[in-house]
Amino acid sequence: MRTIAEDLPGHPFFAGLDSDALALLAGCAVNMHARPGEYLFREGEPADSFFVIREGRVALEMRLPTGAAVLDTAEQGEVLGWSWLVPPYRWTFDGRAVDHVRAVRFDGGCLREKCAADPDLGYAFLQRIVQVMSQRLHSARVRLLDLYGAS
Amino acid sequence: MVANPVVDPAAGVAPGDDRTVDLTGLQTLIDVLAGRGYAVLGPVVKDGSIDYGPVRKVSDLPVGWGDEQAPGSYRLRRRDDDMIFGYANGAQSVKPVFFPASEVIWRGLRDAEGAVVPRREQHDEGPYAVVGVRSCDLHALGIHDTVLLGRRFADASYAVRRADAFVVAVSCSDPAGTCFCVSMGTGPRPTAGRGAPFDLAMTELLDATGHRFLLEAASERGVEVLREVGGRIADERDRSDAASVTESAVGRMGRWLDTEGLKDLLYASADSPMWDEVADRCLSCQNCTMVCPTCFCTDVEDVSDLAGDSMQRERVWDSCFDSQHSYLHGGSVRRTTKARYRQWMTHKLGSWIDQFGTSGCVGCGRCIAWCPAGIDITEQAAVLREES
Amino acid sequence: MNAALATSSQRVVVEDPMVPRSFVVTRTRQDTRDTATLWLTAMDGAPLAFEPGQFTMLQAYGVGEVPVSISGDPADDGVLQHTIRDVGSVSHALATAETGARLGVRGPFGVGWDVGTARGRDVVIVAGGIGLAPLRPAVLEICANRAAYGEVTLLYGARTPAERLFTDELPRWAAEHGVAVHVTVDRSDDSWRGPVGLVTGLVDRVVFRPELATVLVCGPEVMMRHTAAAFLDRGVAPADVRVSMERNMKCGIGLCGHCQLRELFICQDGPVLGYGLVASLLTQAEL
Ligand SMILES: Cc1cc2nc3c(=O)[nH]c(=O)nc-3n(C[C@H](O)[C@H](O)[C@H](O)COP(=O)(O)OP(=O)(O)OC[C@H]3O[C@@H](n4cnc5c(N)ncnc54)[C@H](O)[C@@H]3O)c2cc1C
Ligand code: SF4
Ligand code: SF4
Ligand code: FES
Repeated sequence: MRTIAEDLPGHPFFAGLDSDALALLAGCAVNMHARPGEYLFREGEPADSFFVIREGRVALEMRLPTGAAVLDTAEQGEVLGWSWLVPPYRWTFDGRAVDHVRAVRFDGGCLREKCAADPDLGYAFLQRIVQVMSQRLHSARVRLLDLYGAS
Repeated sequence: MVANPVVDPAAGVAPGDDRTVDLTGLQTLIDVLAGRGYAVLGPVVKDGSIDYGPVRKVSDLPVGWGDEQAPGSYRLRRRDDDMIFGYANGAQSVKPVFFPASEVIWRGLRDAEGAVVPRREQHDEGPYAVVGVRSCDLHALGIHDTVLLGRRFADASYAVRRADAFVVAVSCSDPAGTCFCVSMGTGPRPTAGRGAPFDLAMTELLDATGHRFLLEAASERGVEVLREVGGRIADERDRSDAASVTESAVGRMGRWLDTEGLKDLLYASADSPMWDEVADRCLSCQNCTMVCPTCFCTDVEDVSDLAGDSMQRERVWDSCFDSQHSYLHGGSVRRTTKARYRQWMTHKLGSWIDQFGTSGCVGCGRCIAWCPAGIDITEQAAVLREES
Repeated sequence: MNAALATSSQRVVVEDPMVPRSFVVTRTRQDTRDTATLWLTAMDGAPLAFEPGQFTMLQAYGVGEVPVSISGDPADDGVLQHTIRDVGSVSHALATAETGARLGVRGPFGVGWDVGTARGRDVVIVAGGIGLAPLRPAVLEICANRAAYGEVTLLYGARTPAERLFTDELPRWAAEHGVAVHVTVDRSDDSWRGPVGLVTGLVDRVVFRPELATVLVCGPEVMMRHTAAAFLDRGVAPADVRVSMERNMKCGIGLCGHCQLRELFICQDGPVLGYGLVASLLTQAEL
């Protein structure tokens, strides 16, 4: 079986990071999987994880009295979670596996330490996270317009 | 560029066909046209302006009337002579003759099952002979021929009205302060091959020797009509007097529009502060588009009788200054006066060229005179040029 | 159709593009809460051939007339199909028309997707909301000549799972014609197993050769702009991204002036236009 450090370069999120950096990051990572319907995290819980999805789809949900609203999904080739990066390090949504999910889970505390210790790595990592955040913000903003619906 | 679809009829017409007539001859011209089955229209004084209306006698024409035009003002005045075509222009060009402000496109009657069956409304008014069309308006008519007939789809009723029309164009002798046809290359003298085709070009000559009308034939039909009208063969003096009239008119243009590179300037100026400034004054009243001889925008309206037994669909003039003109479900594209003025001016002087190969402005000055706020298209263009 | 005239004989008009032909509604289907599809046949029996992407001026007699794209199969000119979303008075009358009702039809008008020019290329079709209706004839034409095209992908964004159109056909296009179909929704509940997010979020997973791709986009203007940008970022030439524009239309034939976008008459130059031609016009406010 391939190690996590060998696997990471194949994921778009890590494209362009050198092998030293990847080895450093891999030290914070474990492989995990979730069955359909299983929660990767729940709203309000301490956010100590960053997920790199290798297979399957995760729904970001908000619980409503009438059920759950899905606000976003992340799937194969994407990453999930930045609450570990911003105080108070708490999840703001539920993360539920829609189908069988295989992912690499990074420990948030460990990532924070590595990034603080190596500012170059920290910058490269943050840059990538910000890009993801910006895409998701864009998606949320445009959907706020309710373009297909407004009637 | 789209070619003018109305074939130039001037081929084969010789200067020897031209005639000079006196006031009686002018009456004969009207009679001859009427005798040939034309509904004869000409300038008449109406509602404080000059409009086209039925003309039977020379005295129906605006004998001794002139006009004074300035930004935001139009006034008829008594001339101190008996010139008949001594005014510049009125609120409307010939546009409404061929392209009425409102007309029924089709009527629907209900059949036995109660379903509407649309039937095209035949518009067979005319044929018209229009006397006294200014060169600027002739160019506007040519533009309408291109817009409404010269492309893939045609306005069918316009086509019918235009088909047989006989046009007597007239040279301008006394342009208004709002005129700028010279800078637009559209006047002041009708020129065969430019603008819409015409049949006769008339120049009114009034001096110590009397009242003359030089009638130059510009079509075979024109030649035929002139033969019937009679009068004497036009001579060199008539021609040189006519040339002086034009020369003097050219020298008295009230305004000038620098058209050099204007389209690109407008395209590049979509964000200019000029639009904000002009929008502060513009009332979005639509007057400029209603008096403009080239504006062609229309809307459709359905009219049903109360019982719902029949309905009719009408085509009516519209304006890009109307808030509904650009309406899409949810709101208008051009919500502000600024955007509407920009659309109007950019269309007239810019995008028109891409669409139809000519400017959409013929320099008639109507939009300047009839604007209640006195906004002047030539001035606004000059502001853009200064800014650039 | 050009009534250009030179002689004085043309006083009787045979054909006037402003006068509708009557069609009868032969079948209806409620697609979603607010959208219905109509099947229409001409009372005069004459066929109505069209190019995918063209529209008709569709008229509910006495209520009004609006532009509506043809959503049917271009291979069948005997049936006219329209998919209409009820957003206002005219579209309401049309979307709720019943079998046997008569509607006025003028057209077809405008320039369509020109699907034929994409032969030999990869085709990416991106639809947002009701925008799938004008694209359906393009999909059908491509499916009918599937071997002539390379990779074919359909990205479709709907508001909610319940508001997806042509749900019975999407799996068929995928299974029978090798079209990679990706559907995403703006918002959902936990019964939806597909992606939630913008249709532009799907662009990254499309397989295509940027220099050999033709992209057809139809949806709200904002969605088309963002989608076009995503494909330009991936190396597709602006001319190879085609968008279908919407503007107020009163005639559909270049005469009424309502649909103007600067020098363009959307009804005649479009509605489908190369993105390169409109990109700079779409970012200018209130043009
Ligand atoms: C080329 C083209 C293709 C279209 N294809 C479809 C289609 O396949 N299915 C569909 O459901 N809709 C389509 N539309 C949109 C459809 O024309 C409008 O939803 C419809 O005009 C709304 O009219 P209304 O009277 O119901 O709404 P109102 O909001 O009451 O609108 C009043 C009037 O404004 C004008 N108007 C409003 N919205 C639009 C608009 N979006 N586009 C043009 N004119 C508008 C119409 O003249 C309308 O009658 C298309 C539009 C265009 C331009
Ligand atoms: S868009 Fe405006 S300026 Fe252009 S023809 Fe129509 S009314 Fe006139
Ligand atoms: S824009 Fe003004 S000056 Fe030019 S043709 Fe129209 S009314 Fe006359
Ligand atoms: S819809 Fe009338 S000009 Fe385009």
